[in-house]
Amino acid sequence: MIFDLLYIKKFTSVFKPLYVHLDLNLFEMKKPNYKIFSLIAAVILMSYSFTDRKDDIENAGLTLPAGFSAATISENIGRARHIAINKNGEVYVRLAKLVDGKGTLFLTDDDKDGKFEVKFSFGDFSGTGIYIKNGYLYASSNEEVFRFKLDKEERVIDPNNPEKIITGLIAKNQHETKSLVVDNQDNVYVNIGAYSNSCQVKDRSLESPGMVGCPILDSAGGIWKFKADKLNQSYNNGEHYATGLRNVVGLDWNNATNSLFVMQHGRDNLNSSWPKLYTEKQSADLPAECLYQIKKGDNAGWPYMYYDQIQKKKILAPEYGGDGKKEADSKFINPTVAFPGHMAPNGLLFYTGNQFPEKYKNGAFIAFHGSWNRSPLPQEGYYVAFVPFKDGKPSGDWEVFAKGFAGVEVINSTRQAQHRPCGLAQGPDGSLFVTDDVKGSVYKISYNQ
Amino acid sequence: MKKLIFILGFLLYVGSTNAQFKKGSPSSPSLLKGKAVYTQYCLPCHQADGGGVMNMNPPLIETTYVLGDKTQLINILLKGLNKPIVIDGDKYTNPMPAVSHLSDQQISDVLTYVRNSFGNKASAVSAAEVKAVRAKK
Repeated sequence: MIFDLLYIKKFTSVFKPLYVHLDLNLFEMKKPNYKIFSLIAAVILMSYSFTDRKDDIENAGLTLPAGFSAATISENIGRARHIAINKNGEVYVRLAKLVDGKGTLFLTDDDKDGKFEVKFSFGDFSGTGIYIKNGYLYASSNEEVFRFKLDKEERVIDPNNPEKIITGLIAKNQHETKSLVVDNQDNVYVNIGAYSNSCQVKDRSLESPGMVGCPILDSAGGIWKFKADKLNQSYNNGEHYATGLRNVVGLDWNNATNSLFVMQHGRDNLNSSWPKLYTEKQSADLPAECLYQIKKGDNAGWPYMYYDQIQKKKILAPEYGGDGKKEADSKFINPTVAFPGHMAPNGLLFYTGNQFPEKYKNGAFIAFHGSWNRSPLPQEGYYVAFVPFKDGKPSGDWEVFAKGFAGVEVINSTRQAQHRPCGLAQGPDGSLFVTDDVKGSVYKISYNQ
Repeated sequence: MKKLIFILGFLLYVGSTNAQFKKGSPSSPSLLKGKAVYTQYCLPCHQADGGGVMNMNPPLIETTYVLGDKTQLINILLKGLNKPIVIDGDKYTNPMPAVSHLSDQQISDVLTYVRNSFGNKASAVSAAEVKAVRAKK
C-alpha cells in the first residue's frame, strides 16, 4: 500500500507538466477533441505500466541481449576508471581525479540493498590501473605502480603504506595512463603509451613527416614486464616485452591461452594531417582499433603502420611514405580482431564465470569509451562489445553486448554522452561490472534466464 | 530561377542579420567564414559544440583562453600549444598543432567565430590584429 501511494506521487509529479499542457490544449480547442485526448491518455497509461517498479530506469538505461539485466550499483563516485572485485564481491575503483584527496575507492553493500556505498577511500594518487592477484591489490598512477597487501577477505590491510614496485615511467601529456595486469607467475605487465599521435616531427600537424627511427619507442609505445615482488623497478630492470603499440588502456591475461591480450587505441587525424590522402569518411572509419595477442618480443607496428579493417591489410602510415594503399612490412603482428576506428577500447575482460550462457565462456568483453576523432561524422562506440572465443581464438564475429550508456541516440560532440564505459571486472558470482568515468556510475550486468 | 531566388534570399538574409550588428561587432559574413574554418581545422578536436574532449582537448566555452587577451589567443593558433592546461580544475593534455598556414583573414574569422559561438560573447578579432602578432613572431 505504501508502495502504491509512493507511485501515485511519482506518477502525478512526472506527468504534471503534461496535464497542464493538455488543459491548455483543451481550453484553446473550440470543441474538445476526444480522439486526441484518449490517445494521449492511453500513451500515459502505457508508459506508466511499462515502468519498472524496482528501478527508476529499467536496466539502468542499457539495452542488453535477452535474459540479461543491469542495475546501477553506485553513482556519482568520481571519474571511475578501472575496477577490481574481491572474492566477497566488494569493489575497488580507481579514479582519474582525486576525490577528497584519495584516488582509490572501496565500495561495499553492507545493508545488501544492491546499492554499494564508499566504505573508505585511500591512496593519494589518481590513475587508471588496478588488479587483484595472489593476496595483493595492484594500483597505478601515471608514473608508478604500487601494491597493497590484502587480508584473507581480500581487504586492504594498510591503506596508507603500499609498496612502490615500479617507478619513473614516462607520462608526457598524451596516453599517460598505466594499465596493468598480473600473470600466474607473479609478473606485472604495464602499458606505457606513446606521447604522440603518430611520431610526427610536429605532432598532429598538417603533413608533418614521421621521425626516422621513432625515438619514442625506446621508453613508450609498448608493454613492459616487471616482477610483482620487487621494489622500485624501472626501465633498467623491467623487460621491454612488446613494442609498436601506440596506446593500450584495456588489457587482460587470458588463462585459456596463458598469454597477454591488449586493445590498442589506433591513431587519429588521418584526414586532418593528410587531407590529400584521406577523406573525412575514411578518416572516421580508419584505422582499426585492434585486439592483439601479445607474445614476448612482438611488434605491432606503430607508428610505421596501421591496420585497415576494410581492406584487411597492414597499411604503411602516411608519415612514413604511405598513401592509404601501400602495405607495411609483414614482420608486424596481425590483430586477433579488428574493430572500427576511434571507438577507444578502455576495458578488456576475458569472461571465466559460470553465470552467463555457455557462449560467453572464455570470450572477450571490450568496453568502448566512445570516439571523438570521427568528427565531422557522428561519433561511435560508447558500448560494451563481445567476441566469442573457442580454443583461444575468436569463434565468431564481434557484437554489441550492452549499449545505451550515452543516453542519447546520436552523438556529434563527445560531451553529449552522459556516461562512457571504461573499466570491466567480473564478480565472484559471474556478474559483469562496468564503470563510467563521466558521471561515476558503476553498472552490474547479470544473467537471469 | 529557383537557384537565383535562393541566392537572392540568402543575400537578403545575410544582409539583414548583418544589419543587427553594430560597428566593431563581429559581422555575420565573418562568422560564416569563421565557421567554415572552424569546421575544417578545429572541430575534429574541439568538437561541434566547442565542448572539447575530457582529459584531452580543452573546451572553448567561456574560458579566459578564448575570451581574454587576444594576443595570447592569436599566438596559440600561430604557434600551437604544447603544454597541459587546466580549466575549471580539469586538465587537458593533448598538444595543439600550430595553424600558421592559415591566412590572417582566416585566423581573424575563426577567432571571431569562436569568441561569438557556444555561448561566448566577445569582440571580433581583426585581420590587422593577427598580422601585427604574426609580425612580432
